[in-house]
Amino acid sequence: MSAFRRRPKAPAELSHIGRVFARCREEGRAAFIPYITAGDPDLETTARLIPALAQGGADLVELGVPFSDPIADGPVNQRAAARALASGTSLAAILGMVATVRTEVETPIVLFTYFNPIHAVGIERFAEQAAASGVDGVLCVDLPPEEAEREYVPAMRAQGVDTTFLLAPTSGKERIRRVEEASSGFVYYVSRTGVTGARTTLPADLLKQIRRTRRKLSLPLAVGFGIRTPEQVAELGKVADGVVVGSALVRMVEEASPGADLAGILTAEVRRLSGPLRPSPESGEASR
Amino acid sequence: MRPETREGYFGEYGGRFLPETLMAPVLELARAYDKARRQRGFRKRLADLLGSYAGRPTPLYFAERLTKEAGGARIYLKREDLLHTGAHKINNAIGQALLAQSMGKERVIAETGAGQHGVATATAAALLGLRCSVYMGEEDMDRQRLNVHRMRLLGAEVVGVDSGSRTLKDAINEALRDWVTNVENTHYVLGSVLGPDPYPRMVRDFHRVIGDEARLQLKKATGRLWPDLAVACVGGGSNALGLFTAFLGDSRVRLIGVEAGGSGSALGQHAARFSGGSVGVLHGTRTRVLQDATGQIAPTHSVSAGLDYPAIGPEHVWLRETGRVEYTSATDVEAIAAFHQLAATEGILPALESAHALAEAVVHAGRMSPKMVVLVNLSGRGDKDVESVLAWDRAHRRGDSEPPPGPVHHGDPASGPVGTVARSLRRKAREVERRRLDQPLPHGASLPSPEVEENGEEPS
Repeated sequence: MSAFRRRPKAPAELSHIGRVFARCREEGRAAFIPYITAGDPDLETTARLIPALAQGGADLVELGVPFSDPIADGPVNQRAAARALASGTSLAAILGMVATVRTEVETPIVLFTYFNPIHAVGIERFAEQAAASGVDGVLCVDLPPEEAEREYVPAMRAQGVDTTFLLAPTSGKERIRRVEEASSGFVYYVSRTGVTGARTTLPADLLKQIRRTRRKLSLPLAVGFGIRTPEQVAELGKVADGVVVGSALVRMVEEASPGADLAGILTAEVRRLSGPLRPSPESGEASR
Repeated sequence: MRPETREGYFGEYGGRFLPETLMAPVLELARAYDKARRQRGFRKRLADLLGSYAGRPTPLYFAERLTKEAGGARIYLKREDLLHTGAHKINNAIGQALLAQSMGKERVIAETGAGQHGVATATAAALLGLRCSVYMGEEDMDRQRLNVHRMRLLGAEVVGVDSGSRTLKDAINEALRDWVTNVENTHYVLGSVLGPDPYPRMVRDFHRVIGDEARLQLKKATGRLWPDLAVACVGGGSNALGLFTAFLGDSRVRLIGVEAGGSGSALGQHAARFSGGSVGVLHGTRTRVLQDATGQIAPTHSVSAGLDYPAIGPEHVWLRETGRVEYTSATDVEAIAAFHQLAATEGILPALESAHALAEAVVHAGRMSPKMVVLVNLSGRGDKDVESVLAWDRAHRRGDSEPPPGPVHHGDPASGPVGTVARSLRRKAREVERRRLDQPLPHGASLPSPEVEENGEEPS
C-alpha cells in the first residue's frame, strides 16, 4: 500500500514548501531545516541571520515566535524567547521583518509558534497577514488538529499558507491520519517525548519509528527535537524527508560574544551540519 | 444545565490545546476517567478514603459572632479547612491519584501555588505508594515555606521553578514539560478546573461533594436546602465549582465568585480575569486570560499565592456568560482584613484565598435580611499564611498603605491599617450597593417561607 501513498503530488499543486521537498527528493537527499528564535536578541539580527542560514545551505528556515509560556520548549529556547520578548518582539513585527527579508531570500520560511499570539491577532487576520508577508507555512505547536480543523486550517488554506502539524512517538494510527489531513507542505515528527533541546543521543528505535510513520504519509516528513550533530543529521537524513536543528543553533546565538560575526558563525555551522546531506562535500551551494 | 456543548467545551471555552505528544495521554485520561466515574468500585473506594482518611463530611458551621458583626444575613461556613492537609484540594488529589493507580501509572506530578495542592498530592501519593514530584515557583516557595517542608516530609520531591514570574503559572509550564517528557509512567495531577479536557470537568466532579454536602447540612441547620447567597474565591476556580455545582440548577441561590483584586487595577497588579482579562489560550484551554495586546501572558499579583494565576477555569467563563454566576474581586487589603476579622470573631484562621470570599460575603450579609442565609466556602486554613500576614501587618503598622516597600503617609488620618481597611471596605460597600441596585436578588428581598419552597427539594 505504501508504494502508492508515497507517490508525490503533481508539481502544479505544490506549494513553495512542497516544491523544495520535491527538489530535495529528486536530489536524493533530505532537506536541512535550521531553527532560530525570531527577535533573539532583536529582529534586526534575525533579519541578518535568515540570509546567513540560507547561504549555509538551509532548504527551509524555521522561525520561532517568542511566547511568554513556551511549554514545549527546553531551557535554551525558553531563554531565547525571553530575550526576544525583552527586545519588544511581537508577531506583527516578525511578519514585518519577514516581508523585508523575503525580497532577498527565496528559502521558504515556516513560523514555529504557540497559539495564543495568533489567537490575539485573530485567526483570519493572521492568515492574511502571514500570506501577505511571505510566510510559507506555520507550525502551531499547541494547536492539535482537533482544535484547528474548524477555523485555523480553512483560514490558512484560503490564504495559501501551509499548515504543518506534529506527530509524536505517542501518536497512534488514528492520529497519524488526522494530522496528515490537517497538514500541508510537510509533517513534523517529534523525535522523542520531551521538550526541545539538544541531546547527545537519539532514541534507539527512532529510525524504525520514522520509517514506519513515513510509510503511512504522502506528505514529506521532517524530524526534529534534540538533533545537534552532523552524524545525527546524516543518520536521520536517510529515513526522513527533512531534518530540523534548533536549540544547538539558538545556543550559538546565545553564546556569541558581542561584536562577533554571528551571521558568519551560523552560515558555517549550517554548512557543517547539513554537509552530510549534500551529494558531495564541494557542492554546498547546489541547494540554493 | 448541561454545559458541555461539544466535547471538552463549555460554550466556546475549554478544549484541548496541547502539543501532540500530550494528546494521546490526555485522550487516554479522558477515557479512563469516563470509565472510572461510572464504576461503583472506584466511587466507593474514593468515598471511603474521603470519609475515613480525609475527614468528610466537613462541618457546616454557623458563624454567629461574624454574623452579628456583619449585621444581616446568617453566615454559614463550609469548613473545608478542617479536611486532612488543610484545604479542599485533597478531594481532587485522592481522586486523581486513585485514577493514576488504576491507569497503571507509578509516578504523579503536580504544580502548586499556595502549596495546598502540592501537599494534597504528596499526601495522596504517599497514601497510595506513588512517586511524586511537585513544581513550585520560587517566589511561592518563599511565601509558603511551611508547605514546602510538609511536601518533603511526605516524601515528595519539590522542584523550584525560577523562570518567568516564579509563581503558579511557571510551575504549570514546568509540570507540563515534565509530563511531556515522562508520559509513559507519569500522571499529571492538575490542581484546579483548568487545563485541557478532561481536567476542568474531572476536577469539578471530584469537588462537587462540597456543595452536595452543604445542601443537606443547610437543610438540617436552617430547614431549607438552599442558601440565598453562596460565595467562594476563584483562582482557577475549583473550590468555587465544588460549592456552586450543587446549586446551579436552583435559581433561588445567588452565586458569587471572588477573584484576587490584588493591589491595584493595572495589568500586573491583580489576578481579576473578568475585569482585566480577555479570551485567550493558556495551558491547554481557551478561557479568559490576563494578557497584553500581542497575546503574551501578563504577570499577576495577589497576596494569596493560590489566586495568583493569569487564567480562570473555562466553565467559570461560561457560567458568567449565561448570567448564572456573578464574579467580583477582593483586594489584598480586604482579604487581610477578613483574615483578621474571622480570627477575632470566630477563632478561625482562614487561608488568604478563602479570606477573599469572606470579605465579599460579609459586606453582602450586612445588606441582607437576618432571615436570609449566606454560605461561604472556607476552602482552606490559614496556618500556611501566618508568615505572610505577619509580614504584611509589620509593614502596615509602620504606616505603609501598600505591601513593602510602599509609600508612607505619616499623619494622614486615613493611613495605617485601620484607615486603609476602612477606606477599602467603604469602596467595597459602594460597589456592592451599586450592583444590588443594578441587579436585584433573583427572588426579591423578602423570603418565602422555607416550608413552602422546600416541596420536591428532598434529595433522593
